[in-house]
Amino acid sequence: MNFKKTLLSAVAFAAIAPMALAERGADGNVSIIYWQAPSILNPFLSGGTKDVESASLIIEPLARYNEKGELVPWLAAEIPTVANGGVSADLTSITWKIAPGLLWSDGTPFTSADVKFTADYCMNPEGGCAQLTKFEGVTSVETPDDLTVKVTFEKSTPVPYGPFVGGESPIIQAAQFANCTGAKASECTAENFGPIGTGPFVVTEFRPNDVITMVANENYRDASKPAFASLTFKGGGDATAAGRAVMETGEFDYAWNLQLAPDVIANMEKGGKGTTVAGFGPLVERIMLNNTNNDPALGPDERSVVRPHPSLSDPAVYKAMSLAIDRPLLVEVGYGPAGKVTCNWIPAPDAFNSTSMTCDQQDIAGANAMLDAAGWAMGGDGVRAKDGVRLSYLYQTSTNAVRQDFQALIKQWFSEIGIETELRNINASVFFGGDAGSPDTFQKFYADLEMYANTFNGTDPQAYLANGLCDKAPRPDTQWQGENISRFCDEEYDALHAKLSTTADIAGRAEIGRALNDMAVERGMMIPLVHRGRLSAHANSLGGVILNVWDSELWNVADWHRVK
Amino acid sequence: MTETAQDTVKEAATTPLTMDALEPTLPARSQWRDVWDQFKHHRGAMFGAGFFVFILLFVTVGPLLWHIDATYIDIRARNQGPSWGHPFGTDQLGRDIFARMMAGGQISMAVGMTAMLLSLFLGTAIGVMAGYFKWLDGLLMRFTDLFLALPLLPLLLVIILLFRERLNAMFGPEGGIFILMVFAIGITSWMNTARIVRGDVLALKEREFILAARSIGTKPRRMITRHVLPNVMSPIMVSATLGIATAIITESALSFLGLGFPPDFPTWGRLLNDGTDYLQQYPERVIWPGLAISLTVLSINYLGDGLRDALDPRIRGR
Amino acid sequence: MLNFTIRRMVISIPTLLFISLVIFLLLELAPGDPMAQVPLTVPAEVKEKMREALGLGQPIHIRYVKWLNQFFVIEPLNLIDYYAGTGFAEGKLRVISWQTRSPVMDIVVQRMPQTLWVVGMAYIIGVLIALPIGIISAYRQYSIFDQAGTFISMVGFSVPPFFSGVLVIVIFAVNLGWFPSIYNTLHVVNDWPSFVVQLKQMVMPVMVLALQTTAQVSRYMRASMLDNLGQDFTRTARAKGLRESQVVMVHVLRNSMIPVVTVIALGVPAVFGGAIITEQVFKVNGIGQLLITAIQANDLPMVLTLTFIFAILIVVFNLIADILYGLLDPRIRYD
Repeated sequence: MNFKKTLLSAVAFAAIAPMALAERGADGNVSIIYWQAPSILNPFLSGGTKDVESASLIIEPLARYNEKGELVPWLAAEIPTVANGGVSADLTSITWKIAPGLLWSDGTPFTSADVKFTADYCMNPEGGCAQLTKFEGVTSVETPDDLTVKVTFEKSTPVPYGPFVGGESPIIQAAQFANCTGAKASECTAENFGPIGTGPFVVTEFRPNDVITMVANENYRDASKPAFASLTFKGGGDATAAGRAVMETGEFDYAWNLQLAPDVIANMEKGGKGTTVAGFGPLVERIMLNNTNNDPALGPDERSVVRPHPSLSDPAVYKAMSLAIDRPLLVEVGYGPAGKVTCNWIPAPDAFNSTSMTCDQQDIAGANAMLDAAGWAMGGDGVRAKDGVRLSYLYQTSTNAVRQDFQALIKQWFSEIGIETELRNINASVFFGGDAGSPDTFQKFYADLEMYANTFNGTDPQAYLANGLCDKAPRPDTQWQGENISRFCDEEYDALHAKLSTTADIAGRAEIGRALNDMAVERGMMIPLVHRGRLSAHANSLGGVILNVWDSELWNVADWHRVK
Repeated sequence: MTETAQDTVKEAATTPLTMDALEPTLPARSQWRDVWDQFKHHRGAMFGAGFFVFILLFVTVGPLLWHIDATYIDIRARNQGPSWGHPFGTDQLGRDIFARMMAGGQISMAVGMTAMLLSLFLGTAIGVMAGYFKWLDGLLMRFTDLFLALPLLPLLLVIILLFRERLNAMFGPEGGIFILMVFAIGITSWMNTARIVRGDVLALKEREFILAARSIGTKPRRMITRHVLPNVMSPIMVSATLGIATAIITESALSFLGLGFPPDFPTWGRLLNDGTDYLQQYPERVIWPGLAISLTVLSINYLGDGLRDALDPRIRGR
Repeated sequence: MLNFTIRRMVISIPTLLFISLVIFLLLELAPGDPMAQVPLTVPAEVKEKMREALGLGQPIHIRYVKWLNQFFVIEPLNLIDYYAGTGFAEGKLRVISWQTRSPVMDIVVQRMPQTLWVVGMAYIIGVLIALPIGIISAYRQYSIFDQAGTFISMVGFSVPPFFSGVLVIVIFAVNLGWFPSIYNTLHVVNDWPSFVVQLKQMVMPVMVLALQTTAQVSRYMRASMLDNLGQDFTRTARAKGLRESQVVMVHVLRNSMIPVVTVIALGVPAVFGGAIITEQVFKVNGIGQLLITAIQANDLPMVLTLTFIFAILIVVFNLIADILYGLLDPRIRYD
């Protein structure tokens, strides 16, 4: 009897399962939790990851990166290249062909006018668009016909895949946002909270910084998708609680970016309701070395401005420091499966990952010998000194449990090679805020060493490598803005970077990129520590999740389905 | 409850009747001696005092006897359970939790006690002044409203921005941040005490014995110290007990936000905070600091109870 | 008393204006930048443009006056429009949050229900439990009830919600599976089963918050009762032959309420302010969570508006407390 029943249900199940996959809305509700709550659904008005990713459920770009970092057409019919004639031979223009038959969720057709409007919207000087870099160098966007968009750049652009590519640059509907351009952008609350899109879901209610409810888009281009009829997107709390809600209590299906200690994650996985997925982009946790003198005795306009640093300018010092760090242990303690040892500033994509340096072995004795040879003699207090300069550093970072563990470990290793460290942790909203009035921002760098992580969007690091150029250093006359945090300055580096910006051939670009990377690390810009991945968790019953670190994590939500 | 001096007189008049016949007069017996006698018969108070002294010794003398440094990392010995080498086990970096409890207690106790005393002093002073002097009431209470309304976090950020460098230069990084913490917690937590004390003083001011004292020409200063203050002791004691818990927790919240002590200084609040993530795997990590904070607060509560009873002449001798 | 009340209300207006100015200047002075949460990949020039779009380029005094106008003129007009269907506020710029680019007051209204449900309920329950505990503890001083009450309330007060919250989640949500660990703010109560669901999701946060309130209020209640139980007037009341319940519940209690009323009145604005940590632990996403995220994102209009609303509540409830003093003890006069 029992057997028969089981058999019957198995047969019924087998019959239903493929059908369920092929029908829109058959799998009920899917719930996602982000421990940072989205505050707006218009990524052009907020660059926050939480906002960009939640909006990616609704609005989409012409092309995006897949989980391997390759460009795939999304709303476009194909990826324009020089080979297929989409990109002009002189690299100054790119012509996108939009896939025919696309509809907005309100049923109106998606045309090239919407694409052009999006560009105008973001490039409006009064709008304060957060994704302006995507449109850097664009001189015009033309629409020869309803399905063609031609973007022209002011100069030869080897990588023309900035505008309309990736989750940061989706297309918004011209009809909806027509009255929201320029200074009026921020007054359009209804539009910013409920953009009309082409994506698999449509907003029904948006509660800022709390929760979003969505239903499947009736007009989505694939009639069988999405498998879920509705979606709940909850925000707020902390990573621990988000992980717990997916893996231990099973209240949610997907939890984003679980920055937690590996043993905490491992314990949650024992809950048996969910699994973690990890992916690696170019995110690197590093210690930036201050190339300028940060002595508090210098005035506010000279501190962290005048060169050189009294001791960190000596390669022996920072090389010894790098040697004293046990990177495999840092990975094990701090990131587990979501971390890898790296000696590079640019660890990904693979073509750009330099292999010329190794750093996976801690060597305290070697570090000590290196310092001895350079003339840094051990003092009576266990701190090395030379010509009255003591190796005593202020080491700051943002407040975060893993970073404080790293600080403690590194302080101890440095003490073993005769370097004294004073630790400081700073509230993240102050540290990463660019307030020129605060002495504690990472841009001001009123310390010798500071630790944080940084990455770049897309797969081409040219703009990111520009962070090492002399003129990008934050200083008083730039209101302490600028991306060259360590104030690294090297003529050779600047020259090589100029060469990169004119090189089109991929292999050549990768070679120059690797050389720039090596130069930055060898000449004292930073000590790379850990190549960090993204770790997210999904319920065991949620199928189709492919973690993508090159684009929005929710990029393929249309393919998500319930595993029966 | 009447005023103490008055009661000493009353008591002196009644004692011979109840005292042992062998000691007919007690001229040399001081008031404080009486207080102590009463105090030491209060079981809770003695337990509280004993435990408090124990905690003080634990955090001050303990580190001298215990050989492991609180910040020493022995990474191979991480996440260990209790053993002879590490009676409370080790944390996620292999630091000895026993040593960290002692080092953390030093900071937590010091910050908790000083900040509580500062806030108590401010609260009592402002509360008594506002309650006693009508012309000050409006001004001081609007000032209190202002402080109640100020958002704590931005206020602390401003305090740190303005004073950290200067204090660091004067007292060194640890001394500087200690003064900053005590000051920050103290000036942001006196308002409740002030309002409560003021309310009590307002009512007290109209009592007969105050009117009587005033009618014989007692100066305001003496009125306050001899007649008003002793009679508002009990809400102050409660404020003190609650204040020390609040101060210890606030300190941990501030350090957690990166507004407090540098990360290599353990405090009880921080240990509790760090341990919360490991609640399921290593529950002992939160139990020790949690217990330490709770028991300290309890012991101060009992101390306060005993002190209050001992200072109340009507209960004394019962 | 009426005279006093009116005078105090009149004084409240300049007080509040002054408080708003101090808060505004404090927030201006505090380090922080609304662009702090924008990723590092966005370059400085773009951030500068975004700041300008938020109106940050204008001088301080202009921004303050603008906010005053928005808060005191345009927001009330909007309220009138909403209820009366008029169009006074059309086209006028309301107080706009920098994070969400939407009117601050709309979000506040959206957050009110869960804050009042959870934090308000916890406060009422906490006070209702605390009063009898305080009274009995004092009346039966050093009894087992008193000792147990003291122990529980002191431990309850010394254990911060970031720990007790996680503890109850691990016990009741993870291990026992009785209650949800994440509060659903979208839940609508319209029948009995949905009310039960609402109760279930409220139990844990209310428990954690009520413990704190109970501990605090019961301690003041007990101490104050103890003071008055030994007073001459209590002896007189007993000597008059009043029933013991009448002596305690009327004579002693009434005279002991002053500090308790103060504490309760101080707590009410805090209820509207939400419970920052508890709301975050349980994802209640009420006013407390709104405030802390606004502070972290340096969303000045939001922080300023919220703290100013609290300031109004603080001034109002302290006034109510002062009036209650007069009712509890007619000898207290302010004139």
